[in-house]
Amino acid sequence: MQFMLLFSRQGKLRLQKWYVPLSDKEKKKITRELVQTVLARKPKMCSFLEWRDLKIVYKRYASLYFCCAIEDQDNELITLEIIHRYVELLDKYFGSVCELDIIFNFEKAYFILDEFLLGGEAQETSKKNVLKAIEQADLLQELNAFNVN
Amino acid sequence: MPAVSKGDGMRGLAVFISDIRNCKSKEAEIKRINKELANIRSKFKGDKALDGYSKKKYVCKLLFIFLLGHDIDFGHMEAVNLLSSNKYTEKQIGYLFISVLVNSNSELIRLINNAIKNDLSSRNPTFMCLALHCIANVGSREMAEAFASEIPRILVAGDTMDSVKQSAALCLLRLYKTSPDLVLMGEWTSRVVHLLNDQHMGVVTAAISLITCLSQKNPDEFKTCVSLAVSRLSRIVSSASTDLQDYTYYFVPAPWLSCKLLRLLQCYPPPEDGAVKGRLVECLETILNKAQEPPKSKKVQHSNAKNAILFEAISLIIHYDSEPNLLVRACNQLGQFLQHRETNLRYLALESMCTLASSEFSHEAVKTHIETVINALKTERDVSVRQRAADLLYAMCDRSNAKQIVAEMLSYLETADYSIREEMVLKVAILAEKYAVDYSWYVDTILNLIRIAGDYVSEEVWYRVIQIVINRDDVQGYAAKTVFEALQAPACHENMVKVGGYILGEFGNLIAGDPRSSPLVQFNLLHSKFHLCSVPTRALLLSAYIKFINLFPETKATIQEVLRCDSQIRNSDVELQQRAVEYLKLSSIASTDVLATVLEEMPPFPERESSILAKLKKKKGPGAVSVTELEDSKREGGELNGGGDRGPDTASTPSPSADLLGIRSAAPVGAAPASAGSLLVDVFSEAGTTTTLPSSSLFWLLFVCKNNGVLFENQLLQIGIKSEYRQNLGRMYLFYGNKTSVQFASFTTTPQLNVQTKPVEPLVEGGAQIQQVLNIECLTDFSDAPLLNIKFRYGGALQNLTLKLPVTINKFFQPTEMTSSDFFQRWKQLSQPQQEAQKIFKANHSMDTEVLKAKLLGLGTALLDNVDPNPENYVCAGVIQTKGQQVGCLLRLEPNAQAQMYRLTLRCSKDSVSRRLCELLAEQF
Repeated sequence: MQFMLLFSRQGKLRLQKWYVPLSDKEKKKITRELVQTVLARKPKMCSFLEWRDLKIVYKRYASLYFCCAIEDQDNELITLEIIHRYVELLDKYFGSVCELDIIFNFEKAYFILDEFLLGGEAQETSKKNVLKAIEQADLLQELNAFNVN
Repeated sequence: MPAVSKGDGMRGLAVFISDIRNCKSKEAEIKRINKELANIRSKFKGDKALDGYSKKKYVCKLLFIFLLGHDIDFGHMEAVNLLSSNKYTEKQIGYLFISVLVNSNSELIRLINNAIKNDLSSRNPTFMCLALHCIANVGSREMAEAFASEIPRILVAGDTMDSVKQSAALCLLRLYKTSPDLVLMGEWTSRVVHLLNDQHMGVVTAAISLITCLSQKNPDEFKTCVSLAVSRLSRIVSSASTDLQDYTYYFVPAPWLSCKLLRLLQCYPPPEDGAVKGRLVECLETILNKAQEPPKSKKVQHSNAKNAILFEAISLIIHYDSEPNLLVRACNQLGQFLQHRETNLRYLALESMCTLASSEFSHEAVKTHIETVINALKTERDVSVRQRAADLLYAMCDRSNAKQIVAEMLSYLETADYSIREEMVLKVAILAEKYAVDYSWYVDTILNLIRIAGDYVSEEVWYRVIQIVINRDDVQGYAAKTVFEALQAPACHENMVKVGGYILGEFGNLIAGDPRSSPLVQFNLLHSKFHLCSVPTRALLLSAYIKFINLFPETKATIQEVLRCDSQIRNSDVELQQRAVEYLKLSSIASTDVLATVLEEMPPFPERESSILAKLKKKKGPGAVSVTELEDSKREGGELNGGGDRGPDTASTPSPSADLLGIRSAAPVGAAPASAGSLLVDVFSEAGTTTTLPSSSLFWLLFVCKNNGVLFENQLLQIGIKSEYRQNLGRMYLFYGNKTSVQFASFTTTPQLNVQTKPVEPLVEGGAQIQQVLNIECLTDFSDAPLLNIKFRYGGALQNLTLKLPVTINKFFQPTEMTSSDFFQRWKQLSQPQQEAQKIFKANHSMDTEVLKAKLLGLGTALLDNVDPNPENYVCAGVIQTKGQQVGCLLRLEPNAQAQMYRLTLRCSKDSVSRRLCELLAEQF
């Protein structure tokens, strides 16, 4: 996977993860272009499209679009399920996740993504294991908070 | 699950985010952000040492601001400080900031690497994972240098925790992708391959991505992975849906790992070991069987995961292309998907079938689905699915179904989306040519194509139909008749006029016997379109007219009348005017025989790969290009490699007796034949063999006596020049051709003289050409040529070159005709010693009279006959026009053929000009 973008129906970018080195300018250009392309598509259309020489896989969950760019040999359907598993992880962690959770706890959204995907590849697909890692980190945080007091 | 806002919640951050969300306008948001930035800056600069929590909070705010799309140019140091905090939450935010906002500041990189090193050796798995995530997210070369040798050790060490192994594997993958030279597996290879046997499914899932990437690059070293992958796959495929516990996803056992295993196997040919191969075939059969079983869940996640494995298995079957049974089964399975209610599956089935169509084993099986695919092309609501259907029709086309497919594609074109029309047109044109049994069908198809989608018919397509008609006698009469009929439509596309003009000009005689298409009727039909056409088409029509004069002498008077009218012979476009003048002259002075030779029928084109096929290939691109080199879809006119396919709109016939060129060189200096955007090679048709010259300075010298040609060429870039001069003004067209298949980025050119020019396009696509015009004014006489600096990025590297532009003082010559007595009178007037410059030098080039004459004419002066008493000598006269003054110049060149020497004498009204001209010219002969 080359990158993943989360954006709202209004086109606001909520999360961006780049797995290939690109300049900020290029990132902005790509984001603008893709957000526009994906938002222009109708609900029943297929979830895949060719874009430049990449394949775009996207899916909408409530007000949020999850959009991944994969390479030619990559598998579209399994990428759709990567998106779904990430949504499940967020949902389980935040307890019925909504866009606001991701806005106000953006750093958590990044941490969860890093446990699940690394360098654009699935690192750990077990929901339990990913959440266990995050819980452990949270536990460390609580201990820290405790120490400070 | 724990509730979210826990002890680490940063209230200040939440307040700030709420503030931003409450901003009513973009301006308010920017104002709020600037206020916050000022606040943070002052906190960071303040004397009071900030505690870790505050630092974390502010760094987090900066991160939020950055993610909103604003630039952040400070805070890096504070983030780096957080890395070495022993509080996990601070460390974590520090790492996040660094991952998102890396700065190539070398001092910081050293500090970051230090912190990472500490965490890697901390033996605390949570810290180790954080550090590894950071390396994987940044993936810079500096990090590869620091850690590429350490990570493999962590990956295979017996006491490493599973979660750390997972991170280490993917971290290494990222480093390998950025700096493959620094990641040396060597001694670790076999232990890394054996991670495929690891007990922990998560470790296998992560490690296999690394192994796949390494196998692609070094298949031999990693080939033991094949049998391991097959046995792992076999265990998963045969497991019950509950065996793998949390690695089962919606009743599908380990879908991600299965897909990755099947993907890894696609790096290798089918296993040689019979047992391994048998086991693999069994797996593939099981996967195909499972597709037929009733679903275990109605959820789309279940079917997606299951089908993801199925499609990956089909890819492997296609990759092997050796098991007819499996190929046909795969095809049947995809056939079922073609009518599935899920759009996604229909899309993927169409896509996957395209590759099946190219296998000899499954081509016929794919063809049985033709009706379904045609139906998809007509009824799918999503353009991307229709595009796939069109691709598949193209892939399954052969002689047996070509007529049906081409007809369907043509009728689809009538309503096709604009975004895919051009490609559809190319495909129809290619299929029509490739499977043409009788060429009248081909001609009909292409003319239909122009009728339906004229705007999308690129030059290549209509060039090609002309090439084919010219090369095939049996279709010429039919083509003439058909274009004649097509042109009778009240509104027809300009491309139709081009094809019509060209074909009637060549073969109009074949239908002239019919009074309904008599020569005059043909001419009037063509000419009725003339005024609606663009300049290049008009130019082509003028050439068709002169061909008519040859074909049908009875039209001569009518056509001459047309050529003679003011709108032609005084046309403001130089090309049209020139053609009108030349053709009129040619038709009035040349004898019938000469006309017949000059305007002979075009010789057959040499057979070569279809230019449209080449264009389609180019459009599709070589595939694996990274995002940085992505092509924009816009396309420039000329193509360097289009050389052989010269457009039929070149005025002069390419036959060797191209006398039109002779007329042209007698035309006033500076009337360069121009039709911008024509193929580069056409531009250089007069350039001769310059390409063989080694250095650019030699290229430059050649331009003293000519105006057009190749100025510079290396492996990447070719620069061609066309220029024209009038009095003290000049205009130079520079053509920058990208010879590679890769885009040039940040392309800039800076002429170092006072010229008017528009900046060039910053991107030059692979194989494309861009043009730049320089307007030049000569203010005073000069001796140094202006320089042109060119910079661009090719791949990662910056290319920089500086060239001398071939602008020399002689370009501003106006030829002066004078009699012998006038000449000698002026010669005597210019008798002061400094007014004369003389050089005696050895001949470097041919001393042939015609060559010398051509050079002296190219110089821009008038070559005077019967002036010098010695007929072997050459005498020229001209006036150099600068803005401020005119400089009269007289020249005398005395060759001595026996000694292979020349004596060159110049006398000018300005002494610096004499010297400069003498220097310039001494190098020319």
